[in-house]
Amino acid sequence: MKVLFDWLDHRTGCRGIIRALLYENIPGGSRWRYVWGSTLTFALAVQFITGIFLWMAYSPSSHTAWESVYYIQDVMTGGWLLRGLHHYTAQAMTVLLVLHLMQVMVDGAYKAPREVNFWFGVVLLLLVLGLSLTGYLLPWDQKGYWATKVATNLMAVVPVAGPALQKIVIGGSEYGHHTLTRFFALHAGVLPAAVIALVIAHIYLFRRHGIRAKDPKRKPDEAFWPDQWLKDTVACLAVLATVLFLIVRQRLFSSHGSLGAELGAPADPSEAYSAARPEWYFLFLFQFLKYFPGTSEVWGAIIIPSLVLLLVFLMPVIGRWRLGHRFNMGLLASLLAGTALLTWLAVAEDRNNRNYLEAIQLAERDTRRVRVLAQSPAGIPGEGALALLHGDPLTQGPKLFSQKCAGCHRYNGTDGLGAVPKTAQSASDLRGFASREWLAGLLDPSRIATTSYFGGTKFRDDKMVKFVQKDVAQYTPAQNGNLRKVIAALSAEAQLKDQIAADQRDEPMIQEGRILLENVMRCTECHQFHKPDDQATAPDLTGYGSRKWLINFIGNPAHPDFYGSHNDRMPAFGQDQILNAREIGLIADWLRGSWYEKVSESASQ
Amino acid sequence: MNDAPCHSDAPLDRRGFFKRAFAIALGAVLGLVPLGAGLAVLLDPLWRHGPKGSAVRVTTLDALPPDGVPRKFPVLATRVDAWNKFTEVPIGAVYLRRTADGKVQALNVVCPHAGCFVDYLASRGMFLCPCHNSTFTPEGKIADRTSPASRPMDSLAVEVRGGNEVWVQFRNFEAGRAEKIPVA
Repeated sequence: MKVLFDWLDHRTGCRGIIRALLYENIPGGSRWRYVWGSTLTFALAVQFITGIFLWMAYSPSSHTAWESVYYIQDVMTGGWLLRGLHHYTAQAMTVLLVLHLMQVMVDGAYKAPREVNFWFGVVLLLLVLGLSLTGYLLPWDQKGYWATKVATNLMAVVPVAGPALQKIVIGGSEYGHHTLTRFFALHAGVLPAAVIALVIAHIYLFRRHGIRAKDPKRKPDEAFWPDQWLKDTVACLAVLATVLFLIVRQRLFSSHGSLGAELGAPADPSEAYSAARPEWYFLFLFQFLKYFPGTSEVWGAIIIPSLVLLLVFLMPVIGRWRLGHRFNMGLLASLLAGTALLTWLAVAEDRNNRNYLEAIQLAERDTRRVRVLAQSPAGIPGEGALALLHGDPLTQGPKLFSQKCAGCHRYNGTDGLGAVPKTAQSASDLRGFASREWLAGLLDPSRIATTSYFGGTKFRDDKMVKFVQKDVAQYTPAQNGNLRKVIAALSAEAQLKDQIAADQRDEPMIQEGRILLENVMRCTECHQFHKPDDQATAPDLTGYGSRKWLINFIGNPAHPDFYGSHNDRMPAFGQDQILNAREIGLIADWLRGSWYEKVSESASQ
Repeated sequence: MNDAPCHSDAPLDRRGFFKRAFAIALGAVLGLVPLGAGLAVLLDPLWRHGPKGSAVRVTTLDALPPDGVPRKFPVLATRVDAWNKFTEVPIGAVYLRRTADGKVQALNVVCPHAGCFVDYLASRGMFLCPCHNSTFTPEGKIADRTSPASRPMDSLAVEVRGGNEVWVQFRNFEAGRAEKIPVA
């Protein structure tokens, strides 16, 4: 071993390098306050190691970025840990940078002859923030997409070169493939290279000037190895433990909690995410901008931050004056306090913002859903995971319903998304439409004229309501038994997913119901049922509530097959091109409870 | 640099030894956590299996020349590529030919030597690999003792369904081996 080492040392001088690295003199002995630089170096090393491995699985394009991150996060062995380490170490780094800066300031290590190293440090701080900003976009999820969009939109307010600069950075006028390739090149190439160069220069200058020892010296001088090394590694371990805790914290408190870093729903350029916020350490800037109305934005976004930065750069110069150090300490304290205050204001404002909280809830729902869909047997198509979400009745149905239907209709008393609309209900509640339960309510004399059914419409005093309230109300127990069979038969027309088992089980009853519906119960006096009837004045009951029936109905309720000229206010959504065929299909599927479900999920229900 | 060589070469006491061992161990833990997570992801493909062969409808009997000359057909099937699932995309190709006993023989077009696609030269009545000149008979056997390929072309199970549809159990096999081993 020694022979080999001697051989190597003779040729490379490695022994000298190791000595130089390990036996740096620490005046006054090792101290805990000197650990911050090492924790940052450690955090940086973690970012390089994890980043390179993530690189091997990441695919920067608008159709593959989210998908590849999802694959790392949910499918690849240890992917959640790798991504979690990268994500939370980035956050830890920001905290460590501030601690390092504070220690340097307090110990006066920024003053002559260490000015240049202080400037290197400030540039490194900015580079790390740049890494954070570029990295935030890479998963191409709703949060990163919309938050980064705000950041790049702000570039346009830079005087003169702004718009051109913005176009260069995002690789065109709109976000797309080239935004990702550029951000990725910055994140994994340009910025890390600059960081490496500056860190080497930073550490070189630090070693050149030595530690700015804290007086009074408590102990005799020591070498870095092993005492300061031990303190540094313990501090690094604490950082690592914190990061690991952040990665698993949600799972610690709930067996369904997610592991690793967050991944939202895939970026959707057609659906702005109003709760998009930058990383928490940029929240102060985000909040700061709120105080600059109209065209004064350039002050909040560019001029004031640049001036503050200039002041920070000048700190070593200011520190030469008699009261300079005190001024610098005061400046740093007020900057940190201001940042903390603005961050707190941003958080507090969001916490009380109903729209924000609703948007978060909706986004979480989409996030869970798209990850279930991605794991479905159909898998993610070539055009990306967004197509899965766009074609999903469970998530798109309620959105469309709340926009286009909830002005009059309700879904379980809400707009479909869980909120109660401000306008009064003036058409039926469509939850469970065409199910036996829903039809039993429709044919219930005490319920048909409520707003859940015809109460809010012009049919309130029409034939059907009168029939139910007069005739059905006086049904004998035997007739009520027949009514149940008719309801089962009519509901079976819809072929609802939830009722397949019941429909199969009750087939004889349904057969009987069909005959009763056609011949005994007077339904066909107004409705047609499996036989063409030119005299029919009410909606066709053939295939009632089926996908085709519902799509045609939404497409044009005033069609002779439905309400014809008696139609109340409902627009012809298809014919008048208020909704396209895909959207109508999504609403119909959602109302019919027809969407993909994970097998284990439905089995456990 | 003001690095004072303040270390001594005095023999370590027990406490000093443990301190140093502990310091090294801690350093190792710090490095191994990110490295371990990264290696797990890097090695992930080792725990995954390639596509299992499944029967694919390739063509109809009518499309095969009656004289037993092989004809190349693309094989379209579902392909899983990491997170993506593509349906009806090319996953390979096969040579099909009618045999003397009225059956159909299927050969994977991939050369068992190094994985190039083999051509059928009608003029010479044999398969020739354009990469390293491996030659095979129309039945897929090695045609020439100097052929670089160490095994015949890979035959695939064929089934004629409904009297006319040709279904092939499509698989790929590891190149460069004397034995026919399915790609896992």
